[in-house]
Amino acid sequence: METIAKIDLRQVKETYNKTASRIRKRIVICAGTGCIANGALTVFKAMEKAIADAGLELFVELELNRHDHDAAYQITGSGCQGFCAQGPLVNILPDETMYVKVKPEDCAEIVERTILADEVIDRLMYVNPVTGEHNKGQLDIPFYARQNRLVLGECGHVDPENIREYIAHGGYFAAEKAFTKMNETEVCDNLVESGLRGRGGGGFPTGRKWHLTLKEVSEKKYVICNGDEGDPGAFMDRSLMEGNPHRVIEGMMIAARGIGADEAYVYVRLEYPLAVKRMRRAIEDAMDAGILGDDIFGSGHNLYIHVMEGAGAFVCGEETALMASIEGKRGMPMPKPPFPAQKGLFGKPTVINNVETLAAVPLIIRNGPSWFNQHGTAGSKGTKTFALTGHVANTGLIEVPFGTTLREIVYNIGGGVTNDDGKVTGEVFKAVQIGGPSGGCLTEEDLDMPLDYDNLIAKGAMIGSGGLVVMNNQSCMIQIARFFMNFTQSESCGKCVPCREGTKQMLALLDDIIEGKATQETFELLEEVGLVVKKASLCGLGKTAPSPVLSTIVKFKDEYFEHIHDKRCATNNCKALRSITIDPEKCIGCTACARKCPVNAISGEKKQLHFIDPEVCTKCGICYDVCKFDAVLGFN
Amino acid sequence: MKTEPNKNFRQFQQVLEIIEKNNHDKSRLIPILQQVQEAYRYLPPQVLTYVATALNMPVAEVYGVATFYAHFSLEAKGKYIVKVCDGTACHVKGSSKLLDALYKKLKLSHQKHTTDDMMFTVEAVSCLGACGLAPVLVVNEKVYGEVNAKRCDDILDGILQEETSLKLAESEEISK
Amino acid sequence: METKGTVNIDGMLIPIEDEKNLLELIRKADIELPTFCYHSHLSTYGACRLCISDIEGMGIQATCSITPSDGMVVKTNTAEVRQIRKVNLELLLANHDISCPSCVRSNNCKLQDLTRRLGVTKVRFKKTDKIAPIDNHSWSIIHDPNKCVLCGDCVRACKEMQSVGAIDFINRGANTIVGPAFNKSLKDVECIYCGQCVSVCPVGALVPKPETEQVWKAINDPKKYVVAQLAPAVRVALGEGFGLEAGTISTGQIVAALKRMGFDQVYDTSFAADLTVIEEATEFIQRKLKDENLPQFTSCCPSWVKFAEQYYPELLPNLSTCKSPQQMFGSVAREILPKLLNVNPEDLVIVSIMPCTAKKFEAKRDEFIHDGQAEVDHVLTTEGLGRMIHETGIQFNKLKPESFDLPLGFKTGAGVIFGNTGGVSEAVLRFAYEKITGETLIDTDLKMTRGLDGIRTVEMQLGKLKIKLGIAHTLSNARKVCEAIASGESDYDLIEIMACPGGCIAGGGQPVSFDPEFRQKRMQGLYNADKQLELHKSQDNPYVKELYKMTLGEVGGHKAHELLHTHYHGRKRINDQVITIRDTEHPKIEVYVCVGTNCYLRGAQELLQKMTKYVTENKLEDIFGFEGQEDMVDVKATFCFERCDRGPVLRVNDTIIEHATFEKAKALLDSEIQKIGALIRK
Repeated sequence: METIAKIDLRQVKETYNKTASRIRKRIVICAGTGCIANGALTVFKAMEKAIADAGLELFVELELNRHDHDAAYQITGSGCQGFCAQGPLVNILPDETMYVKVKPEDCAEIVERTILADEVIDRLMYVNPVTGEHNKGQLDIPFYARQNRLVLGECGHVDPENIREYIAHGGYFAAEKAFTKMNETEVCDNLVESGLRGRGGGGFPTGRKWHLTLKEVSEKKYVICNGDEGDPGAFMDRSLMEGNPHRVIEGMMIAARGIGADEAYVYVRLEYPLAVKRMRRAIEDAMDAGILGDDIFGSGHNLYIHVMEGAGAFVCGEETALMASIEGKRGMPMPKPPFPAQKGLFGKPTVINNVETLAAVPLIIRNGPSWFNQHGTAGSKGTKTFALTGHVANTGLIEVPFGTTLREIVYNIGGGVTNDDGKVTGEVFKAVQIGGPSGGCLTEEDLDMPLDYDNLIAKGAMIGSGGLVVMNNQSCMIQIARFFMNFTQSESCGKCVPCREGTKQMLALLDDIIEGKATQETFELLEEVGLVVKKASLCGLGKTAPSPVLSTIVKFKDEYFEHIHDKRCATNNCKALRSITIDPEKCIGCTACARKCPVNAISGEKKQLHFIDPEVCTKCGICYDVCKFDAVLGFN
Repeated sequence: MKTEPNKNFRQFQQVLEIIEKNNHDKSRLIPILQQVQEAYRYLPPQVLTYVATALNMPVAEVYGVATFYAHFSLEAKGKYIVKVCDGTACHVKGSSKLLDALYKKLKLSHQKHTTDDMMFTVEAVSCLGACGLAPVLVVNEKVYGEVNAKRCDDILDGILQEETSLKLAESEEISK
Repeated sequence: METKGTVNIDGMLIPIEDEKNLLELIRKADIELPTFCYHSHLSTYGACRLCISDIEGMGIQATCSITPSDGMVVKTNTAEVRQIRKVNLELLLANHDISCPSCVRSNNCKLQDLTRRLGVTKVRFKKTDKIAPIDNHSWSIIHDPNKCVLCGDCVRACKEMQSVGAIDFINRGANTIVGPAFNKSLKDVECIYCGQCVSVCPVGALVPKPETEQVWKAINDPKKYVVAQLAPAVRVALGEGFGLEAGTISTGQIVAALKRMGFDQVYDTSFAADLTVIEEATEFIQRKLKDENLPQFTSCCPSWVKFAEQYYPELLPNLSTCKSPQQMFGSVAREILPKLLNVNPEDLVIVSIMPCTAKKFEAKRDEFIHDGQAEVDHVLTTEGLGRMIHETGIQFNKLKPESFDLPLGFKTGAGVIFGNTGGVSEAVLRFAYEKITGETLIDTDLKMTRGLDGIRTVEMQLGKLKIKLGIAHTLSNARKVCEAIASGESDYDLIEIMACPGGCIAGGGQPVSFDPEFRQKRMQGLYNADKQLELHKSQDNPYVKELYKMTLGEVGGHKAHELLHTHYHGRKRINDQVITIRDTEHPKIEVYVCVGTNCYLRGAQELLQKMTKYVTENKLEDIFGFEGQEDMVDVKATFCFERCDRGPVLRVNDTIIEHATFEKAKALLDSEIQKIGALIRK
């Protein structure tokens, strides 16, 4: 077999840094899914052209053996920088100037003024929606300044498609250490000491999981990286795989070393084509560099990593279902025990960790477990990434230490609660939905609670994978509960009775509430069946499926009762509960509404006040649309 | 509708290659189906039967897998697959209105997903993970963020225009 | 005995032995926890969530998936656990077509039973499911998805027990159903009709296809002369439907009941089994002496025959050419009864009563229908006959036993034990021993053939001949045996195969039993029935001897062959599937290449590729001098011409080539083009 020349990490790092230090300006354009959708690639091309037009020498990738870069410029794409709503993002180094919402036509000016003349362009800077202040760069923008980006560290700085940049940032040194200077037990012990817990949902201690797998005697073991991030409203894992795939690979290498595996899979959901592409490329590059494959770092150990694309099933985020899917079967969970540590993929001992968990591993080995566990709270060590979305000014990807309060996240990092148009107008905070379809709601009273695994569980929510949806006062919590119920119901694998039948009935009961057909019995039955689904379902997804309902039942009981007993939805989101009337002050009797009403619910003579028959009205809203005098009341 | 004589052959040839490339490995069933779907744009029943034969599996098992995963389609899909994200963020920001607008424009419904000319298929899909840009719409691989009904209209019109000019070019080619 | 500790179950200390899981241990404590999806002989599925219990330190768990360990403390009936079970059941009922009174499984339905047991008196949930179509197209099994509780027992039985996999889960979540690929009928797929899915179905979603009405119609028709044949396994199971213990022999009552119902004559399939023993053993001894087509497989199980036709066509020459006892009975009856009973041949109606759903299919095989006349007209299952007796109001348990009619009602014990796994082997050995050694076999209990192990081997010295016998039941075991033969690792001489676990006594047409010991009990019943008879060796049956003398002539002779033997053919697994590979505007020639498994394994794919290439890359019409003709040739891949042992098979218009090579196929296509081209030109 052909032997690949082994890479010398130190030499790569040194050469790279030496060369890079001669670069005058480095332009980093975010090329995450969000920014690409906003046109980052055209900005990239425009920037290249603008630099060429200015007659500057430009490198896209550094040529390592050239030492005449003094006057040269580099342009590179990066992974997700997190501030998705503001994209495309252009970062100029070493100035640390960050421009937001950059358009191709801005590029010439950026080159002329910022690259060549070191000026800052005011209109491209980020404007703080609360203070109106213009912020120059990440160090000043509260969204970034108040985060602690460890796991996301290089994400947004390095070119995800360039392995040397990752190495230059200290990448693969931890893997080298694990393979050459540590034995299996030491690797696992380090993880135990770090206190790292699984970031994908359950929060099981990672070190313990590895030890359990290490203990099993088997000639074959597997490592699986779970990148099947299916929670609606969560994109932490996507950003990591797109933005820093090598970190994920390095984490998998250390896991493989820890348990003695020589084969690994990355399971990426189908909806993330860019993540698939970047992970594939990174694996190829690592193979070419001799970092993966046979005899890793001369240790005598081998590791091969495969990328497996999902096929559209949320349930495959559950570990036994995911393994069934890799084996080519229907993704239906299996009862545990046996746990994957004992009988996992193809019946072999398997460690299965989430992307974010694995991405934290190199940091632990690199900096030591005690460095890692100084972050976070007593029971939840390190940092956690969250996808911050919904009615909040700064939507995007954030990373904070465990123990950070919700208030800090929503008001300081997030920049406050917004209205539907994304403006901070003093809207009242109503709730945060955390943990997606497995999680629950937190309210005003929880704003100052330190976020960690155990506090959230106590509140009937969970970290889940880390989706954080902020909701303002205009959100109907029954509708939110229904949204998640509809999701889990349609994503249930259909294997066990409580989840398959129970979620279906819960959805039907919620529909009754929303449609004004509910009674007290509906409410009680909803709670009863919710508890059964929670206690009796086969897998974690089923057990947590009722959480969005059960937690809103606790937190927003009055809102439920208002819907059920008063047939009223205070936020006016529930169509059937709307009371549609015509404002006698404004109606001029033009008959437009009466003519358009599809069910003839509106009566009234020409130039006379019109009336809506509530018995007939289907609340479709056509009258509201056609009325030129804003006389139809009851729609928002 | 008869297709050009060699198209079926090319597609079938691809299936054979896909099976070879995956070493007739049962555990590779999902990647195999993904690739077959790429070749045919859906999973024709006969081809599923062939895959089952080549992998030495019961057809019912292959069918069971094909019907389990949302990505697999047993019906032919359009040339352009328009996916409307229905994740939390998109939902909160009005993805269902977007879907309605698409249905209206393309004369589709919750029951009918593909236009009669096999040009467009419209699907509501689970979170695409681009929540910062909600609501999001994806056409084939291209992601569009912050899409409202008007922008949606523009996107489709753009595609239709492109198609028309393509056809024109083709017919000119033929007339030459 | 080595102690593995104890588990505290509701305050009782129960010692752990080798129970697979906590559920089994709880059942050992005489607590019958409810389940839908647990079967000790299938893999653990863990989906119905009814066997849940509260385990100290672990919370609420499904006990079927928990390994018992020393010191475990389990509470099986806490308020919480009881409530969960009830709500679960309620949820299932909300999704169930509750048509109990008209369901054939009424009174023998787990859902019904548990609803009563757990005291669920009201369903508070809404009906949410749409009505799905019922599949009643096959001869053997009716599938009603509206009654399905999705426990998956049938799927696992088909896959794990039989290695067939004709049905599987389809769709996901609340839309999940069980069924064959592409929602086809069981008639059109590889289902072998063994009915094990029926046996494990806790509800009425899978039931044997009834033929009771047709039988009543014949009985009620004064012109018709209706005779019954009763298969061995029926006599030890029918009583279960009347409250009798499994294994109770109620032969005499069954005969009496049939007579009262209006059957004109009642005979015993065991008579035909005796005949089968003699024919099949003779065939075997001949093959063994000539060392030809060995190992010889038994052929009495129609599910196994269909299985072999579908999956092992190359082994078809190894199957005994003997018809099954059901069909032998049919042939012989049609041959001798009209004269004997003085009835018009067309008025003779032959009804068989079988423990088996596949026998319904067998009776309809083309080989067993002659000039439109089936050897056997109707096949009733055991449970079907039970329902008919119930309908009449005949008090089965109070009936005075009656005897079978002669001559076809006389049998030896060898013909009775046919219903057990190992029974055919034992019966054949009882014959072969005497035939080969010339000595009398004194102790006819050949216990080494008995038992429930999946694959058993018996070696016996018969005079100079050493014989190695294989006995396998369930088709997944049969598959193992066949694979061993294919790889040359097997040196059996004779192999008995039965599709159902335990043999016919556990057939898909038997009453569904929830007694975990029902197999052993029914098997013992048949061995007891053998003991009760005076004769135990088929060759001693005087009426069989008489039959040879009067009608059949020599054993294995010409007439015997005509009436008692048959042949087999390769069989497709799925209907109506064709892949269009070249689709032209006006095809005049169609080339079909079979890509079914057997042809596939014999290189059909390469043949197909070469043919397609030949057709698409050459303008054949021009080459053969028909310039200006449009493309004339279509190419299609098809699944199975049912000539599996002669693959690859290819068809050009109406001509089929077996053992096809590209050269042969090309020559055929070329000549076809010339022929058609000339026609067109004219």
